[in-house]
Amino acid sequence: MNVNSLLTSIDSFHLSVDEIGAKERAASLASRSIKKNSKVQAIKLAASMIDLTTLEGKDTEGKVLAMCHKAVKPIKGNYDFPHVAAVCVYPNLVKVAKKVLDGSGVKVASVATGFPGGQMPLKLKIEEVKLVVKNGADEVDMVISRGEFLDGNYKYVFDEISAVKDACGEAHLKVILETGELETFDNVRKASIIAMLAGADFIKTSTGKVQPAATLPVTLVMLEAIRDFYNETGKIIGMKPAGGIRTTKDAIAYLCLVKETLGDTWLSPNYFRIGASTLLNDLLMQFQKEQTGFYQSADYFSND
Amino acid sequence: MIFREKSTAILSRSNGSFNHSTQNPKKRNFVWEYAKSIEAKDHIHLKPSYDLFIGGKNVKSKKYFETINPATEEKLAEVAVASKSDVHRAVLAAEKAYNRVWSKTSPKERAKYIFRIARIMQEKAREFAVIESMDGGKPIKESKLIDIPLAIAHFFYYAGWADKLNLAFPNVNISPIGVVGQIIPWNFPLLMAAWKIAPALACGNTVVIKSAETTPLTLYKLAEVIKEASLPDGVVNIISGAGDTGEAIVNHPKVKKIAFTGSTEVGKLIMKSTAGTDKKITLELGGKAANIIFEDAPIDQAVEGIINGIYFNQGHVCCAGSRLYVQESIKNEVVKKLKHRLKSLRVGNPLDKNTDVGAINSKMQLKKITELVNSGINEGCTLYQPECSLPDKGYWFKPTFFTNVAQANRIAQEEIFGPVLSVLTFRTPKEAIEKANNTQYGLSAGIWSDKGSKIFKMVSSIKAGVIWSNTFNKFNPASPFGGYKESGFGREGGKQGLKEYLNFN
Repeated sequence: MNVNSLLTSIDSFHLSVDEIGAKERAASLASRSIKKNSKVQAIKLAASMIDLTTLEGKDTEGKVLAMCHKAVKPIKGNYDFPHVAAVCVYPNLVKVAKKVLDGSGVKVASVATGFPGGQMPLKLKIEEVKLVVKNGADEVDMVISRGEFLDGNYKYVFDEISAVKDACGEAHLKVILETGELETFDNVRKASIIAMLAGADFIKTSTGKVQPAATLPVTLVMLEAIRDFYNETGKIIGMKPAGGIRTTKDAIAYLCLVKETLGDTWLSPNYFRIGASTLLNDLLMQFQKEQTGFYQSADYFSND
Repeated sequence: MIFREKSTAILSRSNGSFNHSTQNPKKRNFVWEYAKSIEAKDHIHLKPSYDLFIGGKNVKSKKYFETINPATEEKLAEVAVASKSDVHRAVLAAEKAYNRVWSKTSPKERAKYIFRIARIMQEKAREFAVIESMDGGKPIKESKLIDIPLAIAHFFYYAGWADKLNLAFPNVNISPIGVVGQIIPWNFPLLMAAWKIAPALACGNTVVIKSAETTPLTLYKLAEVIKEASLPDGVVNIISGAGDTGEAIVNHPKVKKIAFTGSTEVGKLIMKSTAGTDKKITLELGGKAANIIFEDAPIDQAVEGIINGIYFNQGHVCCAGSRLYVQESIKNEVVKKLKHRLKSLRVGNPLDKNTDVGAINSKMQLKKITELVNSGINEGCTLYQPECSLPDKGYWFKPTFFTNVAQANRIAQEEIFGPVLSVLTFRTPKEAIEKANNTQYGLSAGIWSDKGSKIFKMVSSIKAGVIWSNTFNKFNPASPFGGYKESGFGREGGKQGLKEYLNFN
């Protein structure tokens, strides 16, 4: 594709976002009052959408194994409680996760393309993606080249995502925009549209390594881009906020945002994920509270 | 448009409607819905009957009327109707309080009382909010987040001015007017009372204020606050009643100033009956605001602004953005987004914390809205309403908008004062200005564009008292509010609002 036609395609989506207005709208959606049965449903729904994540230099086989067990059966006892959507690990640990999770319904996601900086030659990125898919990753979380984007080199960003998508084969591609580095909502919207045009299955806010990570307003802006893309193309793209979503209250606010911006179709692990590590235990605590009427201490929930 | 060839087929624009069900590839077990989340009302203290509040005392009247909850049609309380002689009594009480106490109270002391009222209101904010929603039908989230806090902010703001009037108007002699008569509408009862009482007191006047027929309760709650604040008897007198009561206030010879917020029709009557008198007048009347969306606007936020502009408080807002002007190049997109957004508006029980659009304030108002909407249909405009169920009892109207509207249609000219938007289009900035100004009103307007220079150019050409850019329905006590043309004159709020309650010698 030539540069001009790409730019025309991007421009066919209105690109300006008013920051104050977007923040106001996100805040108003976050103030929905979710109680009783709808809260229990929301807790389970949010849990089923989690990409349980560990992305640390000190990650080991043991750590990942423990997390995988938690992912399959988050809560002890006979509760009707879903498994999480996926576990998300570094490429070297994909095989370990796959061995445990195969057939469990929990997907294996791997970060790739020189995560989190993305400052790596494209050739190596492609090799990395092919390797993680070969090792069993069902989903690939790539990072975009923010430097190239901020340099105005949108064609490069588009082509890169496109090439990674090809390398993914059957695996689902989540494209991390790293919104904390893009800074403005105009940039976030533009990057979202480029990623979707280039073949992303999901767009994702952050690596979790840059602050701010996921916020409600930035997620709203991306959801609106997804809606506009759907209206233009009929293609349903998923959304994944990641980083900084720690409490049940936070998670429910995100669900309200999705419900009222995109509708019920997106309220499924197929199209909405939450990248988080500590959120699951807070959901479990709130779930137990709804079941028993009492809060239990953190000691009653496994720290995996 | 271009995107990856390997992606699925591109649907044409006209096919890109937002139909979730047909696109849903997997059957879903359940749809996540918000459970009812009703604001508690067990802490609300409502008396079965409210007397007039005159000279610091509860004064019985000969006649009482019912005030009902428009969402349920249930009776909330009985409220006194002030007759002509009751009005006379209230004016005399205000005159006495002015002569004997209030005119001799130092500005600093006046400030103390107003601050005290504001603080007691803060303590009772939740009670005020719930009563405001029960009596008027507005969503609890609006009364909690906007009506009540903003009313309190007005008291705080004007309390601060009370001892600084010489700084506001240096090198001139200023004095209070005396007894002022104030008549307020039913759309923002407590807020409108605050807009009027706070500056009047700060400037050293005494007050006779009449609430609207359908929403008298929060004003009588305010009377309780005023009593608790030990404001000298008679400084604020609160009465209720219909048009006759208002007329008695306007025509009373000892009332030196009339501050009225309400319909243009009544505003004209007030002008007539005060002609030839030395009464000072401020009128805040109807509106038919233009909300102008340029093609370079942030569209999603503009759509929020349109929603907020017309469906806020069920459209019972004099500055509501009831005429939408969209640049023709983006008309289809905006209308499509508007339709989608309307689907997620939650209409229903005003006391549910998740309700976005509440009940229509009265049967009479519902009739008026229905009549005007029918006129739109009859004149050939295209109606859109989302599918939503309305409660069986009470007064309700679905959020509505019309496309294919011409300037000549009644719905584009007359104030509907309900959740009904007219969508019109323009091609150039010049045309937008012409159409926006082509109305007998001039209260407010909204301009949406990413281009600062364009906004400034538009703002200086549009005849409206308040113009918002890239936002709508934003209020602040420091910012003056008022209209041009048949929207009235005089300003409320800010330093300008003080001027209306002072004599300049």
